Amino acid sequence: MIWYLLRRLAAAAVVLLALSAIVYALFYLSPGDPAVLACGRGCDGERLALTREKLGLDDPVHLQYWHFLEGLVAGRDYSAGPDVDHCAAPCLGYSFQTDQPVTTMLLDRLPVSASLAAGAAALALPLGVSAGLLSALRRGRLTERVMTGVTLLGFATPVFLIGLVLLMVFCAYLQWLPFPAYVPLTESPARWAQNLVLPWVALALIQAAVYARITRAGALETLVEDHVRTFRAYGLRERQVIRRHALRGALIPLITLTALEVAQVMTAAVLTETMFGLPGIGKLTVESVNSVDLPVVVGVTVLAGTVVVVANTVADLLHAAADPRVKLA
Amino acid sequence: MSPVLRVRDLRVRFGGFEAVKGVSFDLAAGRALGVVGESGSGKSTLAMSLLRLTEGAETTGEIRAGETDVLAAPKAELRRLRGGRIAMVFQDPLSSLDPYLRVGDQIAEVYRAHTGATRRAARAKAVEVLDRVGIPDAARRARAYPHEFSGGMRQRALIAMALALRPRILIADEPTTALDVTVQAQLLDLLGDLRAATGMALLLVSHDVGVVAGNVDEVLVMRDGEAVEHGPVGTVLRAPRAGYTRELLAAVPRMDAPRTAAPTPGEPLLRVTDLRREFVLGPPLRRRAVPAVDGVTFDVRRGETLGIVGESGSGKSTLARLLVRLLEPTSGRVVFDGRDLAGLPERRLRPLRRDLQLVFQDPGASLNPRRTVGDSIAEPLRVHGEPDPGGAARALMERVGLDPRRARDYPHEFSGGQRQRIGIARALALRPRLLVCDEPVTSLDVSTQAQVLELLTDLRHEFDLTLVFVSHDLAVVRQVSDRVAVMRHGKIVELAGTDALFESPEHPYTRELLAAVPTLDPRIPHGRGGALEAPI
Amino acid sequence: MTLLDTELAPGAEPARKVPLRGRQTWRRLRADRPAMAGLAIVASMIVVALAAPLLCALEGQDPTTFHSGLLDSARGGVPHGAFGGMSGDHWLGVEPGTGRDVFARVVHGARVSLAVALGATVLELLVGIAIGLGAGLGGRRADAVLSRLIELSLAFPPFLLALALMAIVPQSVPRPLLLACVLTAVNWGSVARVTRNQAMALRGRDHVAAARLSGARPARIAVREILPGLAAPLLVLAALKVPANMISEAGLSFLGAGVRPPTPSWGQMLSTATTWFRTDPAYVIIPGALLFTTLLACTLLADGVRRAVDPRWNGRS
Repeated sequence: MIWYLLRRLAAAAVVLLALSAIVYALFYLSPGDPAVLACGRGCDGERLALTREKLGLDDPVHLQYWHFLEGLVAGRDYSAGPDVDHCAAPCLGYSFQTDQPVTTMLLDRLPVSASLAAGAAALALPLGVSAGLLSALRRGRLTERVMTGVTLLGFATPVFLIGLVLLMVFCAYLQWLPFPAYVPLTESPARWAQNLVLPWVALALIQAAVYARITRAGALETLVEDHVRTFRAYGLRERQVIRRHALRGALIPLITLTALEVAQVMTAAVLTETMFGLPGIGKLTVESVNSVDLPVVVGVTVLAGTVVVVANTVADLLHAAADPRVKLA
Repeated sequence: MSPVLRVRDLRVRFGGFEAVKGVSFDLAAGRALGVVGESGSGKSTLAMSLLRLTEGAETTGEIRAGETDVLAAPKAELRRLRGGRIAMVFQDPLSSLDPYLRVGDQIAEVYRAHTGATRRAARAKAVEVLDRVGIPDAARRARAYPHEFSGGMRQRALIAMALALRPRILIADEPTTALDVTVQAQLLDLLGDLRAATGMALLLVSHDVGVVAGNVDEVLVMRDGEAVEHGPVGTVLRAPRAGYTRELLAAVPRMDAPRTAAPTPGEPLLRVTDLRREFVLGPPLRRRAVPAVDGVTFDVRRGETLGIVGESGSGKSTLARLLVRLLEPTSGRVVFDGRDLAGLPERRLRPLRRDLQLVFQDPGASLNPRRTVGDSIAEPLRVHGEPDPGGAARALMERVGLDPRRARDYPHEFSGGQRQRIGIARALALRPRLLVCDEPVTSLDVSTQAQVLELLTDLRHEFDLTLVFVSHDLAVVRQVSDRVAVMRHGKIVELAGTDALFESPEHPYTRELLAAVPTLDPRIPHGRGGALEAPI
Repeated sequence: MTLLDTELAPGAEPARKVPLRGRQTWRRLRADRPAMAGLAIVASMIVVALAAPLLCALEGQDPTTFHSGLLDSARGGVPHGAFGGMSGDHWLGVEPGTGRDVFARVVHGARVSLAVALGATVLELLVGIAIGLGAGLGGRRADAVLSRLIELSLAFPPFLLALALMAIVPQSVPRPLLLACVLTAVNWGSVARVTRNQAMALRGRDHVAAARLSGARPARIAVREILPGLAAPLLVLAALKVPANMISEAGLSFLGAGVRPPTPSWGQMLSTATTWFRTDPAYVIIPGALLFTTLLACTLLADGVRRAVDPRWNGRS
């Protein structure tokens, strides 16, 4: 087990390193001038030169990347003569447009994104898993068809369309809810939740559809496995057979598959935040893309890649803990 | 004495297909009934239907277990019956236990469901029965997961699960089919012991007449869902009444069948010297080389058939692939007709390929599903630029007993035996001098097996072939080989003329193997008497 | 042995054992009613997209002309009349704020949507198959390098990377082409992985060994024994990729990083609609319904293709 753990962590570290190198190369060595891209639209010649010097763009490439890594670990200063922008570790870059370290900007927005993701996951997991199980266990009945149909709708609809419809129905037409405007949890938990209900529902519907499909497939697979038959043949109640012997087999793969869905969830979260005007990391990304704030774009991409890698690693470790067979590997 | 199980006119129907067509039998306490039949005979469906485990099937007739009318029993009673009165052991020990739970916990769970015992008592019971079925260090092994058990041990664990509930009847559906012959012998012994000790009745389902012969009192022969013959095992095996039973028995390769004298051996065609092949296994950083073939040396003489026998993991299939250079040896020499194949690059090897061919175990997988069989047979001819490959392919089909007009059909349109004939036709297309057969009849039913073996024997003379015949089945190897090599753990432990090897084996492992082979003589419960120290 | 290790992931696809037989697959697809409904809708969308200029000529409008006279400036630019200003001249009304003809814009939007979705799918297949085959058939060293590359590409969240890339790509290239290329750049990994794993699985099959024994050269083995076996899983994957790419295009355009005005796109129209849905719901409903219907049709078709290729498939994505 310890070997497995070490190997997984080492592999994750290697992937992260390669990932950061690729992102760095992709954006700082792109045909466009990175100084122009970092400086943003409407940047004059003087500021451009300043930005170029601060970014150290005249250094050799490997040195630039080394400084980037150094910044991640130890923080770095972007300096041009007396003008110094300090960026504390872990430094993902410095936004010259907003005059802030990227890490600070991301941290500022994190609570919003975390609120959205956590709430949606809390809704989506139970909803999706139970819908998937129900449709697998009620195979061939009306329940299955309804569940499959609903799942398909969730699967085929873009999240912003769901969001738009929810806004039209609940805020504009029925007027049951105010138009969402983010209120921090610390300020007023009730209003925090009230404003997040629609985004949660929109994001959760999309995620639940995916979980439902995965769970259904897993359950259908395990329900016909030989060991399930064994316990049926030994007189266990059907409920116990399913709970003890079929569900485990159906849900353990869900750990890994959920992690594989993390990228999809991020996509949906970016769209949801933009749709509902929630000032989270997703909206920040869209804003930086539209204002061409290169350091922020790079920072977000590295962060997103890291989240995917970490999620997969954690899922693999959880999976290894849940499935006794993996330890052999 | 009233039977513990009474079955009358049992019919099992899946949609429009009737898998079991009116089978009747009685089973008395302490007695054993064998059900034999080839694939598709309905024997497994019969076994499953006795516990109403056939899903989506319509079952009619009468199944009476003691006082219980199984087909009419309400759910609660059916649950008490399953496991409690009739327990079942399944074919594939790999998948019939829950991979996520400890073996002891699975037995305890079933025991509690039936007896309402406390957790602690159930766990103690699990250890007790595991010990009873011969699992060494049962208290510790009860905490292991199924994948930490060998195939034989898993099957023992399943028998232990049954034993814990003290059922009146044990149904064993092909319980040893997935296991090696020595392990099979030990398990059959165990079943016999338990039957004698507990007085439970045994219903033993198998495709292997030999497995059934030494272990049951009565036998029921099935074909296409019908019981074609039913009677005391001695009578059925010695004086079968049904034509099908006679055919079936005639097809079974026997250890005591007369053999034709070996032809005079020629000079060596293939000389194998200290051949090794390692596979690198394990995760990075902990990779290790595991030898599959660990230094073997032997000759194959022109015109002879060399049999190679061994149990699973003995390295015999790896060896087969090394001989035709589908695998590259790690070290050693394979000298064919004076040329060492071992180090030759694929390019230089290509012209030699026509002399070395292989017949694969699974004829389904060895044919490209997307190409017509005629195309597959003609492929080697086409590659070597022979004239009229299509015509030659049709002629070959005819020679191996297939209708050449079916050259345009696809593999899935043929039966298993026919597909193996196609595989043989393809292997012979280039008129090879050496033909290696890797378990060529293992996936076939016994009657088909006999026909394919006969075909191989005929072709051997006609095509002037030298054969290497690899198999786990000693009786088959004995039937076709002039000399036999016994492999274990990648090494050849004994190599001798067939008669010498089977009559006076020298190596203890050879003796153990021979003792474990089931015979058709019901008076000899096999496996007994052979000193088998190692538990499974 | 890294994160995306397919040997350990329980959801990993095993090699397809069911061979793809064209006629049989098509017969099964024909019998699949939801799939055929999906196919009918997708086909009619393609016809609409192809005939967009013709349809606009029929209506007598084009997608770019402003009709400010049709807007109610007192209400901030909402079209006069019911249902977003539907009339004989403007069949689906006009756009709030600009007065551009909605019918002309949605049929031209269909062009962008389908062209990007199909174009990206084709490009992804080309790139993915090339790299996957290189890894699967190119020998141990090529596999080691290319497999790591595939794993890395799969570690990126594709949509975010596409969004980021759209910020730095040259602005001069036509946006739909750019979108297809960027979507390819972030999505080829899954095609490559499936191709590689399937090629590897096929390589170990006995019929390939039999071909080697017959003396066939590697190129002949690849073409005759391995490539045909890739058709089934790749067909399934391609069918799934079309709706996925369509969603991505709509999403990127919705965020303003995709197709830019005056070129119309459904996602971009929906993005504009977020500011108008209170006063002009028709402007949400029309592009929304079209996008939804097309995506649903594509998904139904993709599921149908899956069932037709592998009748035992039970919904694992």
